[in-house]
Amino acid sequence: MSTTANTFDVARIREDFPILKEMINGKPLVYLDNAATSQKPQVVIDALVNYYMTENSNVHRGVHTLSQRATDSYEEARTKVQEFINAKEDKEVIFVRGTTEGINLVAQTYGRENIGPGDEIIISAMEHHSNIVPWQILCEEKGARLKVAPINDDGELLLDEFENLLSPRTKLVSIVHQSNALGTINPVEQIVELAHARGIPVLLDGAQAVAHVPVDVQKIGCDFYAFSGHKLYGPTGVGALYGRADLLNAMPPYQGGGEMIRSVTYEKTLYNVIPAKFEAGTQNIAGSVGLGAAIDYVNGVGMENIATYENELVAYGTEKLSEIEPVRLIGTARNKGSILSFVMENAHPHDVGTILDSEGVAVRTGHHCAQPLMDRYGVPATVRASLAFYNTREEIDTLVKGIDRVIEVFSR
Amino acid sequence: MSNLHDLYQEILLEHNNRPRNFRILEDANRQADGYNPLCGDQITVYLRVEDDVIADAAFQGVGCAISRASASMLTQSVMGQTVAKAEEIFEGFHALITDPDADVDFDLLGDLEVLSGVSAYPTRIKCAVLAWHTLTAAIEGKGDSVTTE
Ligand SMILES: Cc1ncc(COP(=O)(O)O)c(C=O)c1O
Repeated sequence: MSTTANTFDVARIREDFPILKEMINGKPLVYLDNAATSQKPQVVIDALVNYYMTENSNVHRGVHTLSQRATDSYEEARTKVQEFINAKEDKEVIFVRGTTEGINLVAQTYGRENIGPGDEIIISAMEHHSNIVPWQILCEEKGARLKVAPINDDGELLLDEFENLLSPRTKLVSIVHQSNALGTINPVEQIVELAHARGIPVLLDGAQAVAHVPVDVQKIGCDFYAFSGHKLYGPTGVGALYGRADLLNAMPPYQGGGEMIRSVTYEKTLYNVIPAKFEAGTQNIAGSVGLGAAIDYVNGVGMENIATYENELVAYGTEKLSEIEPVRLIGTARNKGSILSFVMENAHPHDVGTILDSEGVAVRTGHHCAQPLMDRYGVPATVRASLAFYNTREEIDTLVKGIDRVIEVFSR
Repeated sequence: MSNLHDLYQEILLEHNNRPRNFRILEDANRQADGYNPLCGDQITVYLRVEDDVIADAAFQGVGCAISRASASMLTQSVMGQTVAKAEEIFEGFHALITDPDADVDFDLLGDLEVLSGVSAYPTRIKCAVLAWHTLTAAIEGKGDSVTTE
């Protein structure tokens, strides 16, 4: 691995993101809400514009040249996703709206087919609502049960407790790769190994991880992996679901419509092969192309470089925030990245957020779509600063200055 | 942007630190819960209404400084007022925090005036009105739950 000092020029990287020049309340924007959505480099914005200016057409259906151009770009984007997460084949990549749709797709197809009364699905205590509610809906429908693997106070999954939950009734494990509220990076390879030893498939929610750590689905060994383009510096409204080809082939379709069929008569409809089987209707073609451009961009920077740089930054932020007495960090796992979640004595997260905003600092305050996790920590909400590789130490210093301001306002 | 000190005025912080009537009203005959799903703020407003007069008012819950101070001042300002008058105060208060140019009756609002700074922070208006919507639900006897969404 190379050191970041000679390969990573954050000032130059910042030039690639036009929005970082914005002024907020008269101060330079300090964007620390990357876990909610990341900013877009100019090349992604250009890819969208270029697509609409020179390629826009519907894919797969036309004999005309423009349609072929759009189809090529769309399928090229699929290949980029495949290579980015190291899937074995490009047809194992299904374009979806985002992580949420990816998880719901698995729940409504694989889940409905394979999970029955008394069966169990295992999640963890640090899941986003999008990896809780789809399973609750399924469990409700099927009379199945949702089991929650506990975490310790640092926000680390208790692996032996997780293992104890695995039973002959367990039909699926669905766990977050990196927690959006705590930053914890879960030991996904071990999780998969434990589950697979009992023949249980594993879905990973990669919404956060995909932007912060190199992901290799074959090395991890997971059966499904879902992520959103907009957290990976790509456009909103597009994401990908990876699924092992044999599983996808055996699964019933998700939605019915155009593109997902091979032939339709009123008596019998034959479904298309994967991935088309799961891509009913006109997809977010431009978005997919934009996602492809985002992947090219992060590959150019290098995921290893990104992870190394962000880890230094999060360590710096952790050190700085730990020095502030009324601040309590929530989420202190040994293996964590990119997230600084905290609460303050005497100041509610919402008030902290408003005061930070007046300093130009954008953080998220609230339950981060993880209410059960907030309950676990006995807080209604936290302040979350979430980092990206275009953030700097100076920006962390501005955050710290903003927190000093909070203390000043609330000590009056 | 207006000064933060306009938002977090001394009186507001004082109500946040030592909210008035912050208790369960054992002999309440009206109550309602309010919830702001965006930030997790949660409040219960208790009233004892006698002959159309709010004889007693109290609240419980968790929330940011603005929602707590607003709830605290609410209990003070509606205490002893008729229900109609309380609704009038809410109307005036609502105008105060949503429209900087509104022509409001400051005598009617009393301490609530310190919340006028909220009008410069559109994302915080919900915090300030949560208790008031909950008050309305309690008065109307809707019983359980209102949300800001
Ligand atoms: C861990 C995690 N899972 C799932 C999601 C849902 O992603 P999306 O809203 O893009 O579908 C998010 C987004 O906040 C997330 O952080």
